[in-house]
Amino acid sequence: MAETWIVLGASSSMARALVRRLAARGDGLILAGRDLGDLERDAADARVRGAAFAETIRFDARDLACVASILARAGACEGTVSAAVFVGSMPPQAEIDADPGLIEGVVTDSFTGPARVLQGLAPIIEARGAGTVIGVGSVAGDRGRIGNYVYGAAKAAFATYLSGLRNRLGRAGGHVLTVKPGFTDTAMTWGIEGMFLVASPDKVATDILSALEKQRNVIYTPFFWMGIMGIIRLIPERVFKKLSV
Amino acid sequence: MQWKTADYAGWGRALRAKGRIARPERVSALKDALAEGGPAIGNRRSYGDGALNDGGAATEMKRMDRLLAFAPETGVIEVEAGATIGALLKLLAPQGWMPAVMPGTGLATIGGCIANDVHGKNHHGAGSFGQHVLAVTLMTPAGPREVSPASDPALFRATMGGQGQTGAILSARLQLMAIPGQRMKVLETRMRDFDSFIAALDASKAEFAVGWIDATAKRKRLGRGILEEGTLVEGTRPGPERKPKPVPFDAPQALLSWPVVKIFNRWYGSGVPDSGRKRTRALDEFFFPLDALSGWNRLYGKRGFHQFQCVVPADRAPALKEILNTIARGGVASPLAVLKRMGPGRAGHLSFPMDGYTLAVDLPARARVPALYARLEDQVIAAGGRIYLAKDALARPESMAAMYPELEAWRAEVAKADPAGRLATDLVRRLKLRSA
Ligand SMILES: Cc1cc2nc3c(=O)[nH]c(=O)nc-3n(C[C@H](O)[C@H](O)[C@H](O)COP(=O)(O)OP(=O)(O)OC[C@H]3O[C@@H](n4cnc5c(N)ncnc54)[C@H](O)[C@@H]3O)c2cc1C
Repeated sequence: MAETWIVLGASSSMARALVRRLAARGDGLILAGRDLGDLERDAADARVRGAAFAETIRFDARDLACVASILARAGACEGTVSAAVFVGSMPPQAEIDADPGLIEGVVTDSFTGPARVLQGLAPIIEARGAGTVIGVGSVAGDRGRIGNYVYGAAKAAFATYLSGLRNRLGRAGGHVLTVKPGFTDTAMTWGIEGMFLVASPDKVATDILSALEKQRNVIYTPFFWMGIMGIIRLIPERVFKKLSV
Repeated sequence: MQWKTADYAGWGRALRAKGRIARPERVSALKDALAEGGPAIGNRRSYGDGALNDGGAATEMKRMDRLLAFAPETGVIEVEAGATIGALLKLLAPQGWMPAVMPGTGLATIGGCIANDVHGKNHHGAGSFGQHVLAVTLMTPAGPREVSPASDPALFRATMGGQGQTGAILSARLQLMAIPGQRMKVLETRMRDFDSFIAALDASKAEFAVGWIDATAKRKRLGRGILEEGTLVEGTRPGPERKPKPVPFDAPQALLSWPVVKIFNRWYGSGVPDSGRKRTRALDEFFFPLDALSGWNRLYGKRGFHQFQCVVPADRAPALKEILNTIARGGVASPLAVLKRMGPGRAGHLSFPMDGYTLAVDLPARARVPALYARLEDQVIAAGGRIYLAKDALARPESMAAMYPELEAWRAEVAKADPAGRLATDLVRRLKLRSA
């Protein structure tokens, strides 16, 4: 029985790259996102590339009504059900400074929305004794920076959540992989100045797949971000607070 | 829609533009981007200014690359226009299909292949890319619109080879070609001079044929080179997947075109015996030899280079010999030029192919090149031939009507599809394609 993947935020380019690889190995795909018309095209792409099946379902992190239907669909799948989470939003920090009301949206998109789905999926994974959760966070969650600390805080919360979920699911035969991409060449980062060492979504997807094979818990992609963030984390707070990295 | 202000160039890097570029990943984002005006562009493998819009906006299609439907029984595929030819080949070859026409780089997008109605090493038999397009879906201000030779023959014809001027192509339905396996049996034969090259091309029965010419050889050796003839055969891919080697920096002048020289020497110098040499190659190695070195255009240094590609009618081979002679005596050409036989197949008003012979030569961007190009252009017109817009950076607008006799019919269709001229590119403006 092939594995079925629920992909939250499936129209992001990172998700698309991973979905193509999962399709090529014949997995089943349930693509969840807001733009259903466009997701249909991704589902078609997955079918042409060899997916056992590919369908779409609505997911809006800010609309709890979606969660129930996604979980119902997950429960109805035979065999192993896994999930990959690519959602999140990153309005410029200056916009958040001007309108603190944006904070809830960022936290919902990047943390609580997907966590609602994963929280409902956990019992299914436990009951079946198998299943993987891939949670895509960000290096921005490793330390709060002046440039995007609300987004960073939401991603940090999500990473902590994933760590706890790993602790829980690991006891029941499940697995959780936390992915921390550095700068990636996506629609979110297109046109943003000051990016360096930018990786392609394909590279991220390749890294995710090999981490899955090795049952890794937390990865940085590309790997050198582990070193970069290691150094950034070591900077004493009294120095860090004066930096704008 | 997010925009990036960029300084960008054609493949030859001699013509550049500054402007805003969007790179949508979804249909809705594509719609927003196009609303701001400017052409859709592909992977910028056109050498000159075909994919440039200086001072304006352009919408890069690369991320619109999904496969929408595939029927393995009939070999019909529907694909978004940003997908590359190479990606299609890689995915389809193991299933017994490939794009019926492929240009010399796998990095051209389907949209780019349509907009230049590209040709491959099988043009003499298979015709041009557009002849295998069953339908395209254009993004019009009123929404996506499917256009086929039956539904709207004039608009379809203006779109094939139409430089993107009838609208952004969202997707295309293509008839693929069935293949017996993933191998190409290649016969390489040494050619003494131009006349024997032409004779060999005429006599060749091979489905795929391409001639590599030493454009620096003169007098008795003028036109010497290697003829490569390919036949598809059964079998899985020979050898592992290629990993393109990057060119990390702009080469200094001294290094100019060394890979090209090297490739050439390997073929020509390293003794293809007079009796010929047989090899079995993977399809991508045969079709896209230069893709082994990604970004090889940087080897021409910061100033970049041009490519001159012309075609002359089948009965004007002597005129092509004179053109080659002009190039050889010009003394600036890179040593590796390409000579091919073409058939009559063409799908659009502005399609390049004609029944005859085509020659393509790289010319580093140097002070004396425009004058040389102008001489070549005159010779081409005198021979009743034409210059390939996908490669051009230097032609004169006055030459277009002579080279492209269907220009007026194309203009009329384009004026209907894009009355405000929002899709114009630098090439369209430079060559006054849309206005007399
Ligand atoms: C190494 C090399 C070898 C080549 N060999 C060959 C060959 O053998 N035969 C041949 O015919 N050509 C050849 N070419 C030329 C190349 O195939 C064409 O220039 C092709 O158009 C490049 O595709 P692209 O996606 O890069 O398009 P671009 O160069 O980005 O754009 C070309 C044109 O297509 C239009 N366009 C692109 N996408 C769309 C779209 N979605 N909707 C509407 N318009 C669009 C652009 O506006 C522009 O007018 C070669 C080029 C290289 C670099």
